[in-house]
Formats: sequence, structure tokens, C-alpha cells
Amino acid sequence: MLLISCPHCGPCDETEFHCGGEAHVARPHDPAALDDAAWGAFIFMRNNPKGQFNERWVHAAGCRRWFNMVRDTVTHRILAVYPMGSRPPAGLGHLGAAVVEDAQ
Amino acid sequence: MADVLINPVADRLSPLELLRVTLAAASDPSQVAIRELPFLCQIALRGSPGNTLFMAAVQKALGLDLPVKAGSVVLAGSVRALWLGPDEWLVVAPDGAAPALLSALAAALEGVHAQAVDVSANRTVIALEGPRAAEVLAKGLTLDLHPRAFGPGRVTQTILARAAVILEQTGEAPAYRLYVRNSFATYLASWLMDAAAEYRLPPLC
Ligand SMILES: [Zn+2]
Repeated sequence: MLLISCPHCGPCDETEFHCGGEAHVARPHDPAALDDAAWGAFIFMRNNPKGQFNERWVHAAGCRRWFNMVRDTVTHRILAVYPMGSRPPAGLGHLGAAVVEDAQ
Repeated sequence: MADVLINPVADRLSPLELLRVTLAAASDPSQVAIRELPFLCQIALRGSPGNTLFMAAVQKALGLDLPVKAGSVVLAGSVRALWLGPDEWLVVAPDGAAPALLSALAAALEGVHAQAVDVSANRTVIALEGPRAAEVLAKGLTLDLHPRAFGPGRVTQTILARAAVILEQTGEAPAYRLYVRNSFATYLASWLMDAAAEYRLPPLC
């Protein structure tokens, strides 16, 4: 069982949270301009690293706010929690320096 | 056809009215007591705590400064404001207070980016009081209720025995309020009675 630190509420049990999948997937600015392959890649294709992974989480049974997390998919260790729309702490996560800003 | 007169106040049936006697029988004030606080006025309030116009308008309408610290409660007379999120509160007041509070909020928040909605019918409230109250809750809660982690004036949204609740500690005794959706109230009250059963003292005769 994970103890997850909500940026607002502090440490709460994993059962209060839902995972929203990979973080920092930028929505295309002009979806109509994409072909099916490119749109399909945006909708479906996600990284699935063995190791550090940037994810979105929501405190569903608590304050109901979204936030980002870097979690190690091997050890379940949570390495960082950081707000939506911000970059992960330097050197953490699978995206490295190539992180794009969230489309807010 | 004869007119059927329904009094919208007197003829109300709260979610746990049919369990009122059962709850009283399952309660032992020297250990833990369970009862419903029916029909409390509850107003969902949203706005930015960084917006001084919003905070001042709410202070004018409710006579209290909204809590900005996560998980805290502010009281002013019979009105209380529960922190639910960084821009969201639940204003709780006695039965019947909603129309006056809503019109005061609507007047004060004129032109301010905010939202105030009567959600009194969304949840009922269960009061859990007595020396064993924390032990009863601990059976279905992942939260730490030890005084070092939680106490009077604190509120949290969490899961109790698989039901989503707002949990507020109202007193040192300890005393708690559980705000639970109406459709979960019978289940949660039954669960509480079961969890509290072991603390009831056996009858003297
Ligand atoms: Zn939270």
C-alpha cells in the first residue's frame, strides 16, 4: 500500500487516489490538421518505462485536485510530487530535459 | 378529489429517521453514541482565496474568514466553514438557514467570480461522540486520528468503510461529524453500529 503525499492534504492512503496515466502529453494545438496515425498516437501511445515514470494523479476521495508525480514502476517508490503545469524536479522522470509544458 | 396537504418542512423524512430508535439503542454515551443530525443547511462555496473581493464578500455575508489552511474549519456562531479544497468550502449551518445565507452570499458576491449552491439535500450528517469514537472510526479509516495528527477544528474528505465521507472533528471528547451521501447513510450507520457494538457495556440485570 502506498502513502501518497497530496500537495494540499499531505500523506493519504493510496485508495483515495486515481492514476491518470502519463503526464506531460501535450494536446495537439490543431487536432483537425492531424492524420489518423498522428491523432491515434496522441490518444493511445504512451511510454511504459521500467523505472522512473512521470504520471498524473488525482486525490479522488479527498480534495479532488490533480497533480504530477514521479514514480518508480519497479520499486513503487515515489520520488517527487509537483503541481500541474510545472516541470518535474531536475533529473527526475523518464522525460528528462525534453518535458513539454502542460497544455492548460 | 380531496386535497392532500403536504407540509414541506414537517413532513420531511431524513435519511436515517427510520433508524433513529435503533441508533439510540446502539448508543452508550459513556463509550460511544451515534445519532443523526438531520437537515443541516449545507452550501457548496467556490472562489479564489487569492481574490480579496471574494474573501471580503464572504466575510460580509457569513461573518467569518474562510479557512485557507488545508483541512481546517472556521466557526462563527452557528455557521461553520469546512475547507474541502484550495478553492472550495462547505458552509454548514442549522436547519432552515439556507435561504437567508444564500441570499446574503448572492448579494455580497454580486459581480465577484464565485459560486454558492445549496447542497443540503446531498448529504446527511452522523454525529459520533464518546471516548471510544476514534477507535470505532479506526476500524474503517486509513487516516491517523491520534491527537498529534488530527483534532478539533480539523476536517478531511476520505473513505470510511468504503464510503466517501467528509470527516470533521468537533470536540476533544472526541466528537466527530460524518457528512455522508444520503444513499450511503443507512449502510454507514449500520456499519458504525456494528463497529461500536463491542464497546457497549452489558446490561446490569
Ligand atoms: Zn488532496
